[in-house]
Amino acid sequence: MTTNRQPLKSISFMLVGVGGQGTILASNVLAELGLSLGYDVKQAEVHGMSQRGGSVTSHVRWGERVYSPIITQGDADILIAFEKSEIGRYISGLRPGGLALVNNYSIVPITVSSGGASYPEDERLHRLVDTFTPNGYWIDGVRIAEEIGNARTANVVILGALASLMDIDQNAWLDVIIRRVPPKFVDLNKEAFNRGLASVQNGK
Amino acid sequence: MKRLLSGNEAVAHGAWVAGVAVASGYPGTPSTEILEVFAKFPHVYAEWAPNEKVAVDVAVGAAYAGRRAICTMKHVGLNVAADSYFMASMTGAEAGLVIVSADDPSMHSSQNEQDNRQFAKFARVPCLDPADSQEAKDFTIAAFDISEQFDTPVMLRLTTRVCHTSAVVEVSEQRMQLPEPGPYPRNPEKYVTIPAHARKIHFKIEQRIKDLAEYAETFQYNFIEERSSDLGIITGGIAYQYAREVFPEASILKLGMVYPLPYQMITQFAASVNRVIVMEELDPFIEEQVRLMGVEVYRGAPVHENGYEPNAKSIFPITFEFNQQVVRESAQKAGLLPENGNGLPEYEAVEAPPRPPVLCPGCPHRSSFYVLNKLKVPVNGDIGCYTLGMVPPLSAIHTTGCMGASIGVAHGADVAGSKERHVAVIGDSTFFHTGMPALMNVAYNKSNVITIIMDNRITGMTGHQENPGTGLTLQNQDTIQVDLEALVRAIGIEKVKTVEAYDVKAVEGTLKAWVAEEGPAVLITKHECALLPTQRKRYLPLEVNTEVCNGCSLCFRIGCPSISKSDQLDPKYGRPLAKIDPLLCTGCEICAQVCPRNAILFREQVIAKRQAEEAKEA
Repeated sequence: MTTNRQPLKSISFMLVGVGGQGTILASNVLAELGLSLGYDVKQAEVHGMSQRGGSVTSHVRWGERVYSPIITQGDADILIAFEKSEIGRYISGLRPGGLALVNNYSIVPITVSSGGASYPEDERLHRLVDTFTPNGYWIDGVRIAEEIGNARTANVVILGALASLMDIDQNAWLDVIIRRVPPKFVDLNKEAFNRGLASVQNGK
Repeated sequence: MKRLLSGNEAVAHGAWVAGVAVASGYPGTPSTEILEVFAKFPHVYAEWAPNEKVAVDVAVGAAYAGRRAICTMKHVGLNVAADSYFMASMTGAEAGLVIVSADDPSMHSSQNEQDNRQFAKFARVPCLDPADSQEAKDFTIAAFDISEQFDTPVMLRLTTRVCHTSAVVEVSEQRMQLPEPGPYPRNPEKYVTIPAHARKIHFKIEQRIKDLAEYAETFQYNFIEERSSDLGIITGGIAYQYAREVFPEASILKLGMVYPLPYQMITQFAASVNRVIVMEELDPFIEEQVRLMGVEVYRGAPVHENGYEPNAKSIFPITFEFNQQVVRESAQKAGLLPENGNGLPEYEAVEAPPRPPVLCPGCPHRSSFYVLNKLKVPVNGDIGCYTLGMVPPLSAIHTTGCMGASIGVAHGADVAGSKERHVAVIGDSTFFHTGMPALMNVAYNKSNVITIIMDNRITGMTGHQENPGTGLTLQNQDTIQVDLEALVRAIGIEKVKTVEAYDVKAVEGTLKAWVAEEGPAVLITKHECALLPTQRKRYLPLEVNTEVCNGCSLCFRIGCPSISKSDQLDPKYGRPLAKIDPLLCTGCEICAQVCPRNAILFREQVIAKRQAEEAKEA
């Protein structure tokens, strides 16, 4: 073990989305990335009965030494919502002033389409995020992913957007992403990542 | 090498490193991945048994034969296996034997929250309780050493949070080389537990647990972290992590072995600090033992006025898993930490729409529940995806308790004189698990139960594990497929029918007729789980013919997530028309069969329509 180095700054990521959106893959990327940067890492998945179409959350924590694998109220430095209404369910996880990344995309559940529930308006969701932090970013992850020909890469677009807001070498990100996707999808995912990077650089 | 492994993957690695030759288990969240990962290691035998009792017997037999063996299950699986587990405690074995019990605090995927550390004490079996993936691996290896040193099975008790959290593990690729076993033991005094032998063995296992308590004093995974002497925390399992998170200054006694406990270590630790608290999820299991040692545990709140409270637990809740917030708030209430608000801004909550679990689009169980709902019969359900037949609008399950209970419960209701025609609903894997003896009882004792075996050819809920009907083993070998219909007949049921599960008319016609008749009957509804790769290939989203649909809403009654109300209204009635989400629909045609106006196109019609459109374009 090397000594005399600065202790690593702890970072907790909370990822929320809907089953089938690639939330877990994104969480795996963050966990592997933390490990490659020399962090202690814990990654907790919550998936029980609702495998598809259910609300999915994953917690990733980086630190010099990570104890609890769980992120509780106000613990998340970074909250990523792959589906925008999920920000309503999990906003209290975000540390006030932390970074919120929202995929500007809705998946309307059956409770809305044939039940009594309603889907929240964009304006209320925006206001909610703004109450917690000035660092809220809304990314058109699915639109961008569709532009490059595969809506399923929206999760990597969002990771690209996140990368543009973190001080970590982009090659470190790409190394991990490339390891995580099948060879024939490497170029597509690289493009998705780069488009995600640009999406934030082009303006908040 | 450092790798990120889940607790389950780490146990599989540990078992392989420890030279485990035989693994048996039954799928159950959160334990399932252990065997799936272990099965892929070289030079191992791993299998899915039909139930946990068989799995323990298999592991016991392998250990009698001198090979290290492991057995995996979820907490309630140990209830099923309890008889064999107690037997293993009595006999010991010739080689290491480890029983993995994966408990589920918070009941993420379970029907109860039992704390299986109690089972360790109950059967005089030592229990190791890891706090992360590294410990999960190390404790697995240690468990085999303890098992052999003390001639006892060892319980490796996991919890969901450990099973399903990935953490950094130092992995070695070196496997222990174990000596070739001798011949199968001929030692009836040890292995034949007739009363005369059992009476001697009972003395032996009581002594064994005393010896283990002595061993626990120096067991390397019981250790003290000395910090401030103001507060001492005795903890084990995942709770250790929350102790470190919330009380960074406190001294900690971390118990890797939570049964039996080291008396000297605990009493000396308690004497070295001003106040001792015990931090553990679920039952006050460690706490009660620590109190019996005469250690004063700080309680926070006063004891009940008469001095007695069943399951009295200090400071921390007895229900649900912990996290740093639960621990912090409990400690604040007990006066161990100062109160300080949650630090969140004032905000107007925005409610996200609920996303409850429902039967998947294309689920072959859906048609039966649609029919059962129409027939208004009492339905006793079982454990599996089909429990979701309870959810509105299907609302067609009225009881569900535990594995295999559906048929026995329906039988009991019938012989009690219930005037209604009772139905039991059970999946293929659950039927093999514990449904078979109950169905034999229906035939033998001649009740009027109608049993529906929902045969989707796989164990679905836990994520597609092979079973005796699948035709493949855990290690991907071709094998037999149990002939369900022949089996049911052999049990003594004469009225048996197998239908295509998607065929609403066949399901409805059969059940309607049977409800009006007497005697036991079994309907097998057969179709592969819609999420299996073979089924994914046949996905073909259906379409609504909006010229014909008049918004009658009958198709909404099948509770399919891919059908919803469109924005388009029927001109006559002003009702919203149905629409089908092409990304979700698999083309199972249940909705098309239910539609009274033929407004939903069947697969053939969809194909014909597309061909016509293509021809037009060309």
